[in-house]
Amino acid sequence: MNSIERNLNELNKIQNLQQRSHWMNDLHPMGKLLLGVVYILTVVSFGKYELVPIIMMAVYPIFGFIVGELSFREGIYRMRLILPLILFVGILNPFFDRDVVLRIGNLSVTGGMLSMLTLMLKGFFSVLSAYILIATTSIDDICYALRTIHIPKVIVIVIMLIYRYFGVMGNEADRISTAYRLRAPRQNGINYKAWGTLVGQWLLRSMDRANIVYESMLLRGFKGDFFVHKKGVRKTDIIYVAFWLLLFAAIAFGRRFM
Amino acid sequence: MHMADALVTPAVAGTMYVLSTGAAAVSVKKVREENDPKKIPVMGVMGAFVFATQMLNFTIPGTGSSGHLCGGMMLSAMLGPFAGFLTMIGVLLVQCLLFADGGLLALGCNIWNMAFYGCFIGSLLIWKPIMKKGASRGKIIAASVIGCILTLQLGAFSVTLETLLSGVTELPFSVFVATMQPIHLAIGLVEGLITAAVLVFVHEARPELLWGIGSDSLEKVNEGKLSYKKTIIALAVAALICGGGISLAASAFPDGLEWSMEKVAGTSELEAEGSAYETAANIQDTTALLPDYAFKNSESVAGTSFSGIVGSLVVVAVAVGACYAFRFFKKKA
Repeated sequence: MNSIERNLNELNKIQNLQQRSHWMNDLHPMGKLLLGVVYILTVVSFGKYELVPIIMMAVYPIFGFIVGELSFREGIYRMRLILPLILFVGILNPFFDRDVVLRIGNLSVTGGMLSMLTLMLKGFFSVLSAYILIATTSIDDICYALRTIHIPKVIVIVIMLIYRYFGVMGNEADRISTAYRLRAPRQNGINYKAWGTLVGQWLLRSMDRANIVYESMLLRGFKGDFFVHKKGVRKTDIIYVAFWLLLFAAIAFGRRFM
Repeated sequence: MHMADALVTPAVAGTMYVLSTGAAAVSVKKVREENDPKKIPVMGVMGAFVFATQMLNFTIPGTGSSGHLCGGMMLSAMLGPFAGFLTMIGVLLVQCLLFADGGLLALGCNIWNMAFYGCFIGSLLIWKPIMKKGASRGKIIAASVIGCILTLQLGAFSVTLETLLSGVTELPFSVFVATMQPIHLAIGLVEGLITAAVLVFVHEARPELLWGIGSDSLEKVNEGKLSYKKTIIALAVAALICGGGISLAASAFPDGLEWSMEKVAGTSELEAEGSAYETAANIQDTTALLPDYAFKNSESVAGTSFSGIVGSLVVVAVAVGACYAFRFFKKKA
């Protein structure tokens, strides 16, 4: 499977998760977005040696994955894109910071080892929490939440259009790539002689498609904004968000006693 | 070059969000002033196009590896800096949510590092001045390559600064810069050449689609004075010379700040003595949101923390059990 097929598969899986019937999917998108952001903010605000509160913060992704019936494997797999930079940044910490900060029996744990571990955990937890958000909230709902917090409509509409057309463009990229590979079997990627013509033709077709999209939007009554159903806030939404916010606050402020 | 949430502190992420929001506010205002409703679908489809194109692999001649298209430069050459910037924001947000490429908290950093430099610097300071008197094949190649190299260098430098300011790495500034900059020099060169090839094609087929090119360029479509191959070779040689020079300078002078401090003060570490410094330090200790890392060199705290670690692991194990129980009873209900 090439990278395009892999990405399209991942997109399909996420869309299936967003469309399933689960109580976490029905929660208000604003609350889930707020929780996701506050969670990441709390996790990254811990110091580089503060391993204990970071481990405690695992309760949110654990809840999200077990109760939300999400695959841990998929969550770990999503680390692949940001892992190289995190590894590069953290892998040398044990060599530069050699002060022993903890002894477990005969084992000496240096500051660098601890800071590398906390960095990895922070990266891991933030990716998992973003996955919980996107697996239970559709992009339309996230855009609704963005409109609620007054993000300009031009940005929100562009996000919706990018998401909608990414699937179409991705399939087109897959077809182009397959057709090219069939005609150039032993080649790793597109030859430099075809860089301009191949992608350029596709670009021109895409620009023409954008005009057709605009015309169809006008025909369907587009007047510069999308119509969205207002979502009411239920008691469950408030309880869910309040519970987690209180728990994050308790871990953040209670870390001095850990 | 996408920053991850783990690499930034809330203070750095917040600052970058403020800067990116400022640039976005200006862009929204400019796009609204243009009052061209047709542009919004073009922005959406172009964003999806750039997103999808980045999944295509382009063979780099003479090597076994492959490169990708430079999104920021491409979008600003087609849509202009403001619409291009807003489109890049959309691309980065969708990338971060769907594929975990980047992070929600680091989004402000990523918008700045990739969209701001790619669209504003690349378009207003490089593309526009070069295309002022009309476009030609040579000019498009030069603008694309210089634009991609410069914007990627600026982006990589910002990644270094943001990570170091967040204090998550023990890497010295010189090592970090000396690693990041040459890698992104090579990436910038390749991305620039791919972007140039596509833009040259667009210029030859439909020049009116390119942003910011002089009116007389339509007549000069077939008058490329500089050949494609010669320009690529000249730019590649120039980039290699620059890259080599920068790397040598980076290793010869490990830390510019320390080096200049040593020249001025005779030491690279400044001593601060006096009641004013002590008072300031006390105020800082009291008001700091994130206190000093008391963990270090503190045996008693380290001992407590070991039990803390064990305790937290127990909490996590209990949480796992509780979550399974919650799921079981929720399904039964």
